[in-house]
Amino acid sequence: MESYFYTGILFFLFGAVISCITPRKVKNYTYVLSAIGAVNLIITGLYLSTGSLISIPSIPISPALEFAFQGDALSGFFVTVISILTLPVSIYSIGYTKNIGNQGLMGFLYNLFALSMYAVVLSGNVITFLISWETMSVVSYFLVTFDRNEKSAKAGLLYAVMTHIGTAFIIILFLVLYKCTGHMDFSGMKAASAGIPEDLKTLVFIFSIIGFGTKAGIIPFHTWLPKAHPAAPSNISSLMSGVMIKTGIYGFIRISMDVLGHGPEWWGITIIVIGAVSSVIGVLYALMEHDIKKLLAYHSIENIGIILLGVGSSMMFGSNGMYTLSAIALIAGLYHTLNHAVFKGLLFLGAGSMMHATHTKNMEDMGGLIKSMPYTGLFFLIGSVSICALPPFNGFVSEWLTYQALLLGFNAPSITSKIISPLGGAALALTGALAAACFVKAFGISFLGVPRSRHAQAAKESSASMIAGMAILALLCLLAGIFPGTVINIISPSVISLTGSDGNISYNGFLSVSQTFSSLAPAAILISMLCIGVAVALFVIAGGKRKTVYADSWDCGMPSLTSRMQYTATAFTKPIRLIFKRIYLPKRELSISYILKPLFVKSLKYSGEITPFFERYMYEPLTSFIRTAAAKARLLQSGNLNLYLGYILITLMLLLIFGI
Amino acid sequence: MEYLQFLIIILFSPLLNGIIKKLKAYMQGRIGPGIFQPYYDLIRLFRKDMVVSVVASWIFKATPYIVMTSVIAASMLVPVITLKSPFGIIGDVIALIYILALGRFFMALAGLDTGTAFGGEGSSREMTVAILVEPMMMLSIFTAAISAGSTNITRIAETQSMFYSPSHILALAAFIVAVVAETGRIPIDNPDTHLELTMIHEGILLEYSGRYLALMEWAHYIKQMLLFTITIDIFFPAGISHSTEIYGLALSSGVYIVKMIFMAVSMALIESSRAKMRFFQLPSLLGGAFVLALLSLLMFIMMGGK
Repeated sequence: MESYFYTGILFFLFGAVISCITPRKVKNYTYVLSAIGAVNLIITGLYLSTGSLISIPSIPISPALEFAFQGDALSGFFVTVISILTLPVSIYSIGYTKNIGNQGLMGFLYNLFALSMYAVVLSGNVITFLISWETMSVVSYFLVTFDRNEKSAKAGLLYAVMTHIGTAFIIILFLVLYKCTGHMDFSGMKAASAGIPEDLKTLVFIFSIIGFGTKAGIIPFHTWLPKAHPAAPSNISSLMSGVMIKTGIYGFIRISMDVLGHGPEWWGITIIVIGAVSSVIGVLYALMEHDIKKLLAYHSIENIGIILLGVGSSMMFGSNGMYTLSAIALIAGLYHTLNHAVFKGLLFLGAGSMMHATHTKNMEDMGGLIKSMPYTGLFFLIGSVSICALPPFNGFVSEWLTYQALLLGFNAPSITSKIISPLGGAALALTGALAAACFVKAFGISFLGVPRSRHAQAAKESSASMIAGMAILALLCLLAGIFPGTVINIISPSVISLTGSDGNISYNGFLSVSQTFSSLAPAAILISMLCIGVAVALFVIAGGKRKTVYADSWDCGMPSLTSRMQYTATAFTKPIRLIFKRIYLPKRELSISYILKPLFVKSLKYSGEITPFFERYMYEPLTSFIRTAAAKARLLQSGNLNLYLGYILITLMLLLIFGI
Repeated sequence: MEYLQFLIIILFSPLLNGIIKKLKAYMQGRIGPGIFQPYYDLIRLFRKDMVVSVVASWIFKATPYIVMTSVIAASMLVPVITLKSPFGIIGDVIALIYILALGRFFMALAGLDTGTAFGGEGSSREMTVAILVEPMMMLSIFTAAISAGSTNITRIAETQSMFYSPSHILALAAFIVAVVAETGRIPIDNPDTHLELTMIHEGILLEYSGRYLALMEWAHYIKQMLLFTITIDIFFPAGISHSTEIYGLALSSGVYIVKMIFMAVSMALIESSRAKMRFFQLPSLLGGAFVLALLSLLMFIMMGGK
C-alpha cells in the first residue's frame, strides 16, 4: 500500500518539476501526471480511511524535532476528499491552462499546492503541521495573485494577513498543548490530554475556532474568502473552495474533537450557533452577488456553516455521552464535507468555463449560454441542484442527515441544547430555500434567456478535457447522492475512532436512524422518479402527436423583445433585498436630469449597493485603530541613530535594575 | 391497494379544485363552472397544438415532466387512506418537501428560460415566497416530528393524539398559511388572474400552452391535494385505517372525503373573505406565521415535550 502513496507523491513532484522544463506547447499536458498522482492517492486515502495504517518513516531534522507523518482514518478520509477533487481538476486544467500566461509557474504551484494539502492532513506532529500549513498558505497566496493585477494583489494581501492571523492563533494553541502535555505529536497529545487544566482546554478550543475558522471561512473571519477565491484562476478556486478550506475543518476536528476529547456541552452549542450564523449570512450575501465566482465563494461560507452544524451537534451529543447520536451528527458533517468538495469544485470549474467563453465574471453580461455551451450548462445545473440539496443528488443526503442530527438534539438533557438544535434546523431550512433562490438566479440569469452581451452571443463550448473534468464531478454528485451506504462506509472508521460508535445508520442503501424510525432510500427515490417520469412521458405520447409551433416569446404586442427587457439578476433579488433590508442595509441612488421638468427626462442614472456589514463595522474600525496605534508608535522611531543607542542604554539599565 | 393509494391524489385532484371553485362561486353569489370543469380543461389542453418560444431551451420542455414527476413522487410518500404506506419508508417528510422544492426549482428556471419580463417576475416572486414559506413549513412539521420522535409521515400520523396541545395548534396555524401560500391562493397569490402586477405562479406559466400547460396545471392540482393530505395526516389523522382490510379502508375513505371537503370549504372561505395582499406586504404575514411556528416549537420544548 505504501507504494501507491509514494507513487502518488512522486507524480505530483514530477508534475511540479516537469511543468517548468517542458516546452511551452505541451506544458498543459503535465497535468496528466497530477491526475495519475491523484488516482494513486485516492487508493491510499481509501485504504487509510478503513483504519488501516501505512508506515511513513519520519525525517529527523534535529534531536528534538522531526518531520513525522501519520495516517489514521480521519486523515485518510481527508486524503480521499482532496484526491477525489484533484483528479478531475487536473484533467480540467489540461484544457484550461492551455492559453494562460506563465504556464510553468502555474504547473509548479498547482502541484505544490496539492502536495501541501496532503501534508497538512497527514502531519503527525506540530512542526510538520505548521510547516505544511504555511506552505499551503504561501503557495495559495501566489496562486491568488497569479493574474497580476491590482485587484488580485489586494485580495492576496488580505488573504495573507488573515491567514497569518489565523496561523498565529494556531501556533499559540499548539504551544499551550505542548506545554501541558509535553508532546509534539498529535497521538502523544491526545494520550496526555486528560491532564490539561479546564481553562486551558477552553482557551485551546476558542483559539482553534479562530485559527482554523479563519481558514475555513466562518463568519466573522470570512472576509478574505469572497475576495481571494474569485481572484485565483478557476481551477485553483475550485481546489481552494472545494478542499483547502476543509483543512480548516480537519484541523478543528483534529484538535477539538480528537486531541481534546469531549469538552463541556457549550462547546458544541457554540459551534452549532456559529454554523447556523455562517450558513444563513453566507447565503444571504451570495444572493446579492452578480460576480459568479464571488457568489460561489459566499456559498462556501454557507456550506462550511452546514458542516459545522453537523460537527457541533456531534460535539454536543458527545459531551452528554450520547455516542450513537454523536456519530450520526459527525457522519452528517463529514458527508457534507465530501459533498461540498464535489459540487463546489464542479461549480467553480463551470464558472471557469463560463468566464473562458464570455470573458466576464458578471452574470448580467451572460445569458443564453445553455445553447452555445450545452455540456457546461448541464453540468453546472447538476452542481446547482446538488448544492441546493435537492434529491436525488448528494447535497440532499448530507443535509437530510444534518436535519436528523439537529432534530435528535431534542433528546439532549439540557434545555439549551433542546432549543438551539431545532433552531439550527430552522436555520438550515432557511439556508436551503435561500440557496435554491440563489441558484435559480445564478443558473437562470447566466444560462437561460437571450444573450445579454456580444461576448455571451459569441460564446463557445469548452475543450474536451474541461468537459471531462466537469463530467466526472457531475457523476460523483449523482453517485454520492444515491449510494450513501458506500460513502458512509468510507466515513465510518473515522467516526468510530472519534465518537466510539458508528451511528448504526446505513443498511444496504437505506439510511435509517434507529432512534426515530426515520428512513431514507435515495436510490429508491431516484428509481421511482425515473419510473414516474417514463410513465408521464408515455401518457403524453399515448395521447397522439400534436404540432409544435415555434414563435417569439409573448411581447404584449410590441415589436421584438430585446435582451435588455429580460429580468436581471439585480431585479431577481430585489424582493429579497427588501425583505432582509435590516441585514443588507441597501443604499440606492437615483439621479435624473431633465430637459424640461418634470416630463422630459434626458438621462436617468440608478445605482444600488448593499453595505458590507462586517467590513464596515468590524474590520474598518479595527484597521483604523491599528493604523492610529502604529502612527503613535512611529514617534519612537525618529531615524536618529543616537536616539536608538539611547533606547538600548535605557533598556539595558532597566534590565540591570530589575533583572537582578 | 396500499401500493396504489397515491393514485387517489393524482386522479381526484382536479375534482378537488373544481369543488373549491364551485364553493367559492357559491360563497360569492355566482353559479360558477361545474365541479368537473378542471377535467374538461385538462382534456382540452391535451388535445391542442403547442406554441413554444424560440428562445426556450430544453429546460423549458423538460420542466413540465420534472414538475409532474416531483409531485407524483412526493405523493407516493404520503399515506392517504391507510397508514400501511409501503413507499413511506423510502422518504420522510423532509424528503417530501425537498422533492417538491425540486419541482419548484425547475419551474422557476422555466420562467427565466423564455427571456420575458413576466416569466422572470414570476420566478423571482415564486422563489421569494418559497424563502419565507419553506422554513416555516419545516418548523411547523418539526414540532409534530419531534413529538412523534420521527420525521416519517406514517409515524407522525400514528402517534398524533386526538388531544391538541397549544404548540400543535400554533404549528397548525402556521402550516395552514404555508399551504395557502404553496397552493398559490388568496391572499398570497391569485389563481384566477393574468394581470401582471398580481401574478406569481401564473407568471411562470404564461409561456406554456397545450400539453405542457396541461401537465403544469395538473401538477399544481396534485400538489394542492397532496398538501391538504399532509395537513390531514399530520394534524388530523384520526380515522385513517391502520390496516388494509376492506371495511377499514371504506370507512377510512369516507373519513378522508369528509376531511377533504372540510379543507376545501376552509380554503374557499379564506379565499372569499380575504383580499389579495400586495406582494411586499407578504413578508409580514409569512414572517408572522414563521414566528408562530417558532413559538410552537419553543412552547413544545418548554412544556417538556407536550
